Amino acid sequence: MTRLDDTDRRLIAATQAGLPLVQAPYACIAADLGLTEAQVIDRLSQLQARGVIRRIALAPNHYALGMTANGMSVWDVEDKVAGTLGEMIGALDFVSHCYLRPRAPVWRYNLFAMLHGKNRTEVENKRTRIRALLGPACLADDILYSTRILKKTGLRLRDGQER
Amino acid sequence: MKNLRRHSLPPEALDTADRAILNTLQEGFPLTPRPFDDAGATLGLTGAQLITRLQRLREIGAITRFGPFFDAEAMGGAFCLCALSVPEPDFDRIAALVNAHAEVAHNYARDHALNMWFVLATPTPEGIARTAHRIEAETGLTVWQFPKLREFFIGFRVTA
Repeated sequence: MTRLDDTDRRLIAATQAGLPLVQAPYACIAADLGLTEAQVIDRLSQLQARGVIRRIALAPNHYALGMTANGMSVWDVEDKVAGTLGEMIGALDFVSHCYLRPRAPVWRYNLFAMLHGKNRTEVENKRTRIRALLGPACLADDILYSTRILKKTGLRLRDGQER
Repeated sequence: MKNLRRHSLPPEALDTADRAILNTLQEGFPLTPRPFDDAGATLGLTGAQLITRLQRLREIGAITRFGPFFDAEAMGGAFCLCALSVPEPDFDRIAALVNAHAEVAHNYARDHALNMWFVLATPTPEGIARTAHRIEAETGLTVWQFPKLREFFIGFRVTA
């Protein structure tokens, strides 16, 4: 587990809603936190090097850009090759999340890949491509489309103790 | 969090420069004193022009976020994908019970025997089990837990 100090936590809290859209955003954050611009840039660089920050970037709204069909594809893949196959599937440019997860008595699938497309036909075509890539190591698969968003909140670092 | 726009923008809402911004800045953003100037230079825009366009892209809902993406687990939190098999007549009542927990970050109805999928986010790993047990006690249903065992590199980019 990566240890974060108080300054790291304040920096995360100050930037998790996004960077200010001003010419010198890091100086702006520094002024709020009582740090120098160089300290903010240095800390953020360190957090990025440690993997706490994956990247500083823009997240497009894929619905707004026409990617309105989204399905959670799930695959029952032989355990001994699941890691290798997961890496291959995660690297596809239409897979937004790819995880290995445990099976359960009511659930045989261990590889999860979120698929996106302009419509369900496009998503199904991508699913077919994955099926071909996985080959005989995949014993079964399914796809779960979301029918409703029941709740959606941002993931936030919480202050204070757990209740 | 603002309501997530779930419909498409008309194609004419974005010009070539907007599309270049959306495609390029998904890859990364500089950690320099004048990052908009630096990022703009590769796009043929001044820093001020880039900022104005980003503001507009945010206003029309083309961007959901702009800034650092944190690895929540590296920050010390715990996460777990969970699923329930909810009898259809009870669905809304159970959804309300599940959503009432602050630890439930998002929750989706899905087309499957396991028809409710949600993510628990807690400050500690113990918090996951505790919350799952509470939900089981309240709903009388088994909370199936699917923690990630391994995450794979993601090549996903939306082409604008």
